Amino acid sequence: MTSKLLAPLRQKPAWLENGLGLRILFEGRAFIALIVIVIVFSALSPNYFTVENLLVMSRHVAVNAILAIGMLMVILNAGIDLSVGSTVGLTGVVAGYLLRGVDVPIWDSVAYPAVWVVIICSLAVGGLVGWVNGVLVSRFKVAPFVATLGTLYVVRGLALLITNGLTYPKLQGTPALGNTGFNWVGFETFLSIPVGILVMVALAALGTILLNKTPFGRWLYASGGNERAAELSGIPVRKVQVSVYVISGVCAGVAGLIIASELTSATPQTGSSFELTAIAAVVIGGASLMGGRGNIRGTLLGAFVIGFLSDGLVIIGVSQYWQMVFKGAVIVLAVMLNSVEYRSKRAKANSSSAPPEGADLTDPQPQAVVGSA
Amino acid sequence: MSGAADVVLRANDITKRYGGTQALKGVNFEIARGTVTSLLGENGAGKSTLMKILAGVEKPTSGTLELDGELVTFDSTVDAADKGISIIHQEMSLCPNLSVRDNIFMGREIVTAAGTVDYSAERKIVRQLMERLEESIHPDTLVADLRLGQQQIVEIARALSVNARILIMDEPTSALSASEVEVLFKVIKDLRASGVSIVYISHHLEEALKVSEYVVVLRDGDMVATATAAHVDIAWIISTMVGRDFDLGQPPSPEGYGATALTVDEVRVADPSNPERLLVDGVSLEVRAGEIVCIYGLMGAGRTELLETLAGRMPLVSGKVLVGDTDLRDLSISERIELGLGLVPEDRQRDGLVQSMSVGHNISLASLGSFVKGLFLSRSGEDEIVRDGIKDVQVKTASAAAAIGSLSGGNQQKVIIAKMLLTNPKVLLLDEPSRGIDVGAKSEVFGLLSSLATKGLAVLYSTSEVAECLSIANRIIVMRRGKIVAEFGSEGATKDEIMAASGEQTDTSRTNGKNK
Repeated sequence: MTSKLLAPLRQKPAWLENGLGLRILFEGRAFIALIVIVIVFSALSPNYFTVENLLVMSRHVAVNAILAIGMLMVILNAGIDLSVGSTVGLTGVVAGYLLRGVDVPIWDSVAYPAVWVVIICSLAVGGLVGWVNGVLVSRFKVAPFVATLGTLYVVRGLALLITNGLTYPKLQGTPALGNTGFNWVGFETFLSIPVGILVMVALAALGTILLNKTPFGRWLYASGGNERAAELSGIPVRKVQVSVYVISGVCAGVAGLIIASELTSATPQTGSSFELTAIAAVVIGGASLMGGRGNIRGTLLGAFVIGFLSDGLVIIGVSQYWQMVFKGAVIVLAVMLNSVEYRSKRAKANSSSAPPEGADLTDPQPQAVVGSA
Repeated sequence: MSGAADVVLRANDITKRYGGTQALKGVNFEIARGTVTSLLGENGAGKSTLMKILAGVEKPTSGTLELDGELVTFDSTVDAADKGISIIHQEMSLCPNLSVRDNIFMGREIVTAAGTVDYSAERKIVRQLMERLEESIHPDTLVADLRLGQQQIVEIARALSVNARILIMDEPTSALSASEVEVLFKVIKDLRASGVSIVYISHHLEEALKVSEYVVVLRDGDMVATATAAHVDIAWIISTMVGRDFDLGQPPSPEGYGATALTVDEVRVADPSNPERLLVDGVSLEVRAGEIVCIYGLMGAGRTELLETLAGRMPLVSGKVLVGDTDLRDLSISERIELGLGLVPEDRQRDGLVQSMSVGHNISLASLGSFVKGLFLSRSGEDEIVRDGIKDVQVKTASAAAAIGSLSGGNQQKVIIAKMLLTNPKVLLLDEPSRGIDVGAKSEVFGLLSSLATKGLAVLYSTSEVAECLSIANRIIVMRRGKIVAEFGSEGATKDEIMAASGEQTDTSRTNGKNK
């Protein structure tokens, strides 16, 4: 796993040529934090730095990383999506509901959709939640924090309503009904790497391409950096805004499916407070909550920092209460370093006459959200 | 500064380096007690940097500051303020959600014995300040409810309330009316008489000449000249600032016009916050290919609203806009850009640039479609059009990957123009293209417009400086309160006629001698 993580760092010279040296440098901070975490816990516990444990931890990271990739898109747009944790719960429940068979009163029978249908339906539900968020934010101009806080409750409520608060167990399916295979993601491995991790890698690759190679990515960075300028440049800023929430919802759907698959069951309470960990990962990864700055590489590193830290604390037997204290401290520390970095960078950029855009506004906000995380 | 003995502040060999760029290259600068010193120079010459160092916002890379003959360092603006240096910033730094009184005493509230803010004492001082500035602004008015010029007055009042020994004014008159400028000059005279030293920075050169005793000219981070104001004239200042002769350019010859490129017919635009009120009231005009048309008007005449409506930013109440023969009704901004209509907005920072992106990415932002291969952006395709864009409008930048904030105002403006030019426009709208850029960049921008027009582009720009319509526009349209009140050809108009039509008082000397 570490060699995989080193890969982006080895590409440094190429990035430096493109003038991105600075960005790498402070993403390096999340990277250094990760290395420190691995070294410290390896020293404290012989069970930490083993292939099995690294895979287990990475599997844990995968869910948060997938959420964080979606969250990054929203944060690049200067928004926030608090509903993803609830969406994780809802999509799992929807999948469970479908797998257990749907009553069709007209034919007086029970339909058992195939697994691929279940997956598509669940992801569609995730996307739908995102779309509602996006429309609330872009069309009705509801502040993202408020809009997604509302859907956080609504979606969680829906998930509880569907199951009546209960858990759907035993989702492995029945061969006779042709709906087996749902636990594939959770239990299978490919080249001895769990499928969940591969899904994360695939989504990260897709996200990187989307952000760096497509017009959409450029639109996103521009409209997050300065919506008015982007609009006057002919960028469909509203569509971009809706899209990022849909992407975030779909990512939450993927995460929900992975969890349900791993557990072979679906619980409506799944995923509560996951949104905060996802936001933390994005922020540790160097993204600006003001929008326009951040990337997938950093976000992944952020997810790994949080995951490897909390699993490490569990392994060495730190009490749960102290775990929370450490996690919170790491988040604040990471963001503190980043905001220091932005400030000095901005000062450099303002060498001549250009006044910093909203300079005084940029700094308090990251801390405000971290406080709630 | 011919040996004026009583120097309050002296800067010795100040240098300032930001990364690779040297903003100041060893500047020596003196401020004499009870005088007004004008600091002049193009954008990027180092004026703002020097002022930031004097006001404690930035620290010099090397060099020293002497205050009353003693070496000092300023750790912060508060530190500088404590030592008697106060600054009126070019960009408004008021909180619109707070009252005038709260803004003036922000961070220095008067506190009663009980530890609460002494509002009545504060109010009293604000009233005195407003009296001095001959303004009737009530202390409890929200800053958001004031027009821009009044906000600038509040900014000035705040600087005055500090009782500074040295007052730095960075473009204090940019939003003031002629009569308000007169009052400010009176206040400056009073201050000077009471021993306050003033450093005055302005793009209005004749204003600067009128109000100051000494003139200091910066160019490319060097101090190139100091003189007594009485001994120099505008022409000398401009040639010293720019280092070459200055000409805004000539309009292209009228024979070259093509077909009508832009038709505006009885356009009405309402105030978004008050739909009853029309900001643009029945404006009709035409611009032909190859023609440069200037809209002159005061602040609030409806120029910006008209141009933003044409670009698709604001909705039309009634009327018609055509590009060529195509009606623009209900078309989005991007569809309008595709049809060949682009806007270079008035406020670069707010509407023009994405600060978090590089120079190159800003330039290519409006024409991403031209270098998409399949689903992806082609890096080589982008590099090519960015290179062309930088070359065509002569943006001075270290590289396409440089941060947009590292460019001077004029070059940032050129980046936005390059961005719109890459969309192959037929009609280019520019809202105050010279705002906040220096004389040299101004002439480059207008020269560029002129050469674009000769290639068949229709150009419609707005301005509030008469000199800028007279020199290069083929036609001048004067707007006042949302209506077109006069129209002149480039030959027939005089400055006084244009200003009279716009409703501006010409009896002040504010704009005298501005055109060349």
